[in-house]
Amino acid sequence: MTQHLVVVGGGMVAQRLVEALRDRDTAGTWRITVLAEEPRRPYDRVALTSYFSGRDADDLALGDPELWSDPLVTLVRDDAVTHIDRDAKTVTTAHGRTEHYDHLVLATGSSAWVPPMEGTDLPGVFVYRTVDDVAELRGYVEKLSEDRVVKGAVLGGGLLGLEAAGALQALGAKTTVLQVGTHLMSAQVDLGGGEALRRLINQLGVGVRLNAMTTRIRPHRRGGVGRLDLADGGRVDADVVVIAAGVRPRDELGRSSGLAIGERGGIVVDDTCLTSDLDISAVGEVACIQGATIGLVAPGYAMAEITADRLLGGTSSFPGADTATKLKLSGVDVASFGDAFGETPGALEIVWADPVGGVYKKLVMSDDARTLLGGVLVGDASAYASLRPMLGRELPGDPAAFLLPEGGGGAPELELPDDAAVCSCNNVSAGTIRGAVTDHACTDLGAVKACTKAGTSCGSCLPLVKKLVTTELAAQGIEVSTALCEHFALSRAQLYDAVRVSGVSSFTQVIERFGTRADGRGCDICKPTVASILATTSPAHVLEGERATLQDTNDHVMANLQKDGSYSVVPRIAGGEVTPEGLIAIGEVAKDFGLYTKITGGQRIDMFGARIDQLPLIWQRLVDAGFESGHAYGKSLRTVKSCVGSTWCRFGVQDSVALAVMLELRYRGLRSPHKIKLGVSGCARECAEARGKDVGVIATDKGWNVYVGGNGGFTPRHAQLLAEDLDTETLVRTIDRFLLYYVRTADRLQRTAPWIEDVEGGLDGVRAVVMEDSLGIAADLDEQMAQHVVEYEDEWRATLEDPEKLRRFASFVNAPDTPDPSLAYVPERGQSRPATAEERDGASPTPHHEPVLVAGARLEVRS
Amino acid sequence: MTALETSVWTTVCRVDDLAPERGAAALLGADQVALFRLLDGRVLAVQQHDPFSDAYVISRGIVGSRSVDGVEVPTVASPMYKQVFDLTTGRCLDVAGKTPARGLPADLRTWPVRVRDDLVEVGS
Repeated sequence: MTQHLVVVGGGMVAQRLVEALRDRDTAGTWRITVLAEEPRRPYDRVALTSYFSGRDADDLALGDPELWSDPLVTLVRDDAVTHIDRDAKTVTTAHGRTEHYDHLVLATGSSAWVPPMEGTDLPGVFVYRTVDDVAELRGYVEKLSEDRVVKGAVLGGGLLGLEAAGALQALGAKTTVLQVGTHLMSAQVDLGGGEALRRLINQLGVGVRLNAMTTRIRPHRRGGVGRLDLADGGRVDADVVVIAAGVRPRDELGRSSGLAIGERGGIVVDDTCLTSDLDISAVGEVACIQGATIGLVAPGYAMAEITADRLLGGTSSFPGADTATKLKLSGVDVASFGDAFGETPGALEIVWADPVGGVYKKLVMSDDARTLLGGVLVGDASAYASLRPMLGRELPGDPAAFLLPEGGGGAPELELPDDAAVCSCNNVSAGTIRGAVTDHACTDLGAVKACTKAGTSCGSCLPLVKKLVTTELAAQGIEVSTALCEHFALSRAQLYDAVRVSGVSSFTQVIERFGTRADGRGCDICKPTVASILATTSPAHVLEGERATLQDTNDHVMANLQKDGSYSVVPRIAGGEVTPEGLIAIGEVAKDFGLYTKITGGQRIDMFGARIDQLPLIWQRLVDAGFESGHAYGKSLRTVKSCVGSTWCRFGVQDSVALAVMLELRYRGLRSPHKIKLGVSGCARECAEARGKDVGVIATDKGWNVYVGGNGGFTPRHAQLLAEDLDTETLVRTIDRFLLYYVRTADRLQRTAPWIEDVEGGLDGVRAVVMEDSLGIAADLDEQMAQHVVEYEDEWRATLEDPEKLRRFASFVNAPDTPDPSLAYVPERGQSRPATAEERDGASPTPHHEPVLVAGARLEVRS
Repeated sequence: MTALETSVWTTVCRVDDLAPERGAAALLGADQVALFRLLDGRVLAVQQHDPFSDAYVISRGIVGSRSVDGVEVPTVASPMYKQVFDLTTGRCLDVAGKTPARGLPADLRTWPVRVRDDLVEVGS
């Protein structure tokens, strides 16, 4: 008998509850209805600030969207619950919907607390809680920015207030944070840390006023907010005000239905998350658990997991809240965990402060200075990921070693106990991660993430997860072989360096110097890899001498092999821009050779069904019409997709087509570990879908934003922001370096997204190399790209000019004029397609089809 | 198995018509044959038909070598789904997770080849 679970609220914790329950309730004993007040699916509220830089509400999506297609899950959006009838066990919504429940979960979260004072209802006063709040705030600031520099004020210097200040600053507003207390983030950080934090915030250009109690918000005579009056008689001018003074639990349903309410609000629950009514649970920020409400997502997730477990007859209970926090504000590193204020009796504090470098670090230790109780890290929180799981455990060696700057003392390697929590978002322990390696045969970070969910929410624990996985693999004696194949013990990146440094330029030299056996002659793995490496270290035509023997058939005949052994042909259409004459020329070629034509996803035209012996004839026509190879066959730059841009579009802010054409002509023919796709959008509407590309460029009114690591395919990824507001010259240099760094160091067939994950330091590591030249290779990369640009030649034109190369395209060495008799085509939707095996055998066609004409290649096309 | 019974040798091309370590297709009556010239001057012939993809493409694969029981044997990898075949015996060394189409055998047929006066002859 299926029972009905009703969840009130559609936030992150509700999402986690549904996910956890559907994950474990394989028998389908519960069907779930989620009643959400907001008009959208649950989203990542923690990442709200990234909505300013990411600019796309969809980027905040949580988990697998398939969850909401589950037949046992119903999500009702835009309909708030207004009444609970505990006797009838029903809830009623604002739109009049009534749902009967077997169990009810209140996950209504909290709302921004607005202090009672005059002026909070003025236009220009915002809270910072939902996507809509943020969108309205953004619109308001952008509108004001049209004719002046906007002054912003944030009431509240806590976690959320600082994020809001960062967001206002990113919108170009000159911002001041007003903190009632003595220092910033006073709930997480001590006075010394707060002082270091203030200096870092000042460095971002954000003003901070401490002990600043706002008493009144005054209107401007033009309308809207104008200034703030402070208790000490001071005034602060402000065109926009964000109130981030704290949150209050949304416990009104609990109150109206008579559930027990905590002293300072929140619906009282026991350690199993049950309220005073055993048919009702409360989870997340609305729940008053162990005497307090907690405004963090990790304890909310823990409550969701407990509730799911209990609904299925489990016995788990709340272990106490993990209140560790890490501020996510670009340029400001803050972390706090455990007993950050040293409130444990006898606790010792070890402090390292470097006011010049803007660093403050403190560890709170037990009275014998052995057990880690808590800590505050400001300015450099790199130790956070490894220290936090050590809470309540003995630290090896001198605790001060963990505070010294890198290279200063050398902190001992921490051996995490199995029960130490590594990913607090998803409650994954070190033991679970190790188990993924030992019991589930995961051999890389991606597999462990998929297996355990560690690092899939906020990602702050990923460096630690990676370290655990690497250590465990080594401990298991599982050698993760990076050898290319049986002929080379080196990885592709190692081989690239070896070839580049040694200057060898042929496969025979490469295998003699770096191969595993003297008599080996390579294989279908190492030969194309070496061809790709040599293409950028010693550029030469793909069919030049021994190079020709290394190429996959696609590169060898410069076309794409199709299932029947014929090929397809794609001329370059840079940026998707093509003249009517060009279109006609392509059309005539396709028509004369009987080719099937299709528009590609990269804004060009693919012609299918060309025989190997037809390729030179087809290309002679295309080259004569001004076309060149599109490299659709190569592991190389494919296309630079663009929207029409500011030339025509009413909304465009930059000429995206011109940039796309320029980039495509710059990088054409660049051989790489896998295909590379670029996109350029002329404004934030992103019509070119540039963030689905390896490199995506999006115009801003100040220049270009560049995103990296996007792809479609089996594991789609959105590209991540690498740099903002670049001028065209800097943009091109940045892409040059990014691409060549990838070409040099990625694994074979590794696209940019997993490559970035593998680079030491991830995206930040890539940024350091590309933007700050941390490896000192930038000049070398620049020079290599300059060489590529100079030495580019159209490989099809060069082939047509060389009779020796053209001999490779004969159908039969002893009958070069006889087409392959095995090819057969049938008409379909006005074009031709390969005949199926049955059609080929002359078997009668399936009854519901017209009789098909099976024709050999010679009949269909002009030879 | 074919060498003993070879009665007819057909001249197919000059050795220089074949690029070292690349294949070329040839017509032998109704049969399509894939010829491979190795670095040591040997010329080997297997069927052009790829049993896994059911297409006539073997000559377009990448030539290499593989260590089989300590012996380095010349190989070709199908350009379609990358099965690896021993060029001397036609034996399929790596099915790459696939099964042949239409219940065909995985191994390739071979033909004897000899080179006389720089001419390549295939026996049948």
